[in-house]
Amino acid sequence: MSRLVTSSLSVTRPARRTRGGTVVLRRVLTAVWLPIVLLAVWWFASANSTSPFFQPLQLILSQTWDQWVTQGAWTNAVASVRNLLIGYAAGGILGIAFGSLLWRSLRLRQAANPIVYFLYVLPAPALLPAMIAIFGIGPMRQIALITFGAIWPTLLNALDGMRGIDSVKFDTAKVLRIGGWRRYFTIVLPGAAPQIAAGLRASLTVSIILMVVSEMVASNAGIGFFILQAQASFAIIKMWTGILVLAILGTVLNYIFVVVEHAVLRWYYRSRALGS
Amino acid sequence: MEGTTLTTTETVLAVEGLKKVYNEGTQAAFTAIQSVSFTVQRGEFVCIVGPSGAGKTTLLRALAGLAAPTDGTVTFEGAKLDGVPAKLGLVFQDYSRSLYPWLTNGRNVGAPLAARGIPKSERTARVREALEAVGLGGVEKKYPWELSGGMQQRVAIARSLSYRPDLLLMDEPFASVDAQTRFDLEDLVLRVRRDLGITVVLVTHDIDEAIYLSDRIVVLSGNPSVVKEVVDVPLGSERTQTATRSSEEFLALRNHLLSLVMPARV
Repeated sequence: MSRLVTSSLSVTRPARRTRGGTVVLRRVLTAVWLPIVLLAVWWFASANSTSPFFQPLQLILSQTWDQWVTQGAWTNAVASVRNLLIGYAAGGILGIAFGSLLWRSLRLRQAANPIVYFLYVLPAPALLPAMIAIFGIGPMRQIALITFGAIWPTLLNALDGMRGIDSVKFDTAKVLRIGGWRRYFTIVLPGAAPQIAAGLRASLTVSIILMVVSEMVASNAGIGFFILQAQASFAIIKMWTGILVLAILGTVLNYIFVVVEHAVLRWYYRSRALGS
Repeated sequence: MEGTTLTTTETVLAVEGLKKVYNEGTQAAFTAIQSVSFTVQRGEFVCIVGPSGAGKTTLLRALAGLAAPTDGTVTFEGAKLDGVPAKLGLVFQDYSRSLYPWLTNGRNVGAPLAARGIPKSERTARVREALEAVGLGGVEKKYPWELSGGMQQRVAIARSLSYRPDLLLMDEPFASVDAQTRFDLEDLVLRVRRDLGITVVLVTHDIDEAIYLSDRIVVLSGNPSVVKEVVDVPLGSERTQTATRSSEEFLALRNHLLSLVMPARV
């Protein structure tokens, strides 16, 4: 799991709670100085370029605005984000649900274990032709593919997190007579929540990849479709604007994820910061 | 099973010929408890002491209904134990493992009340009442990990008291706190027991603690454990850490118990 988790952006690691303006300013500067330097280098190094494959950054930026805002390519982004959110939400919910079922039943776990790992290691893009055959051409099979890929990291992390809950917590629940669904929502879900969040984070990364891949095959909308079409018609700058939009989208989604995660798991990050 | 039928007998807990064997019938079979019998009367404070490895925690789990004995019976308020009774409280040794860090102290203490279907308005009052009984006021909105170790164990005790159990079991409840806090918590438990008229069974390896708290002490032998002796502790109901612990009776009991727990060593 950690393979997928660590592959996400490291700038969005949990920040320590610090107070005071200078500390915050220093932290922000530590995080952004390198990207700013690199952008500046790109800007000036490409300024006078005449190569069709290495265009000036200034041109790419102004083209991005033209293409995506003025000329209406934003509808591609809307289609992508819609598929992504539906597919990711379904995958996350199914992942937690199936993970819970496997945690609950040892027999089911033993039976499903080989299948789960078999499907987990199967590269999801390989299923694209099958998805087209099943769902035809349209957003349904894109959503289905994203859902399929998003299930596994969440499922395995949820199962692992639930199995990792201290047995004393369950003994306590038994003595306090907390059982059934109440036990699930008061102890099992919150107890596994930090690891479920790690799984959801990895699922988000997988979902974004699958969103792009599914739009590059037999599709007529989406950011992936836009990028591939631009490249095929030798509109290199246009292609770069698509990649830029994709990068911005990924960063924003990851950032939103971290903000929500820290709000929901406030107890977890604060208790860890206190060292208990 | 629920112990809801109030029996006229004064015996709250009766243990008869309790035996616990792990991995029975296999090569790895291990007898933790050979045969243990004793009874606890209503309002009594009974400590169970024994050397480490004497199966004290195993015994307590069987008394709580968390583990079924291999042989023998545990009777709680006249009914044979079959699962954890509703009128039983249990305080575990390690508060960091038994408290739920994702719930505030108020919700930790209120959790057993919510599970019993007590409405929120009444719950708030009873949570405050339970926390005040252990000397904690105004911590409802804080989380357990924001408190000191001793205070966290108080929250765990308050949680066990919140649903007003008839019997409170405690498994080495003061082993994870420092010596000063330990004395404070011992006095707290004595006070709570007197105020609420509750019956307490406490497991400890600390002989001094057992004498200071108990009306009676059940001394277990080492492994596999049997009851070596049940010692009466006639120290009265008014006890103080300094005076009681230095009294003649206390020291005599201490010598007697030491000879039981570690015989033929010197």
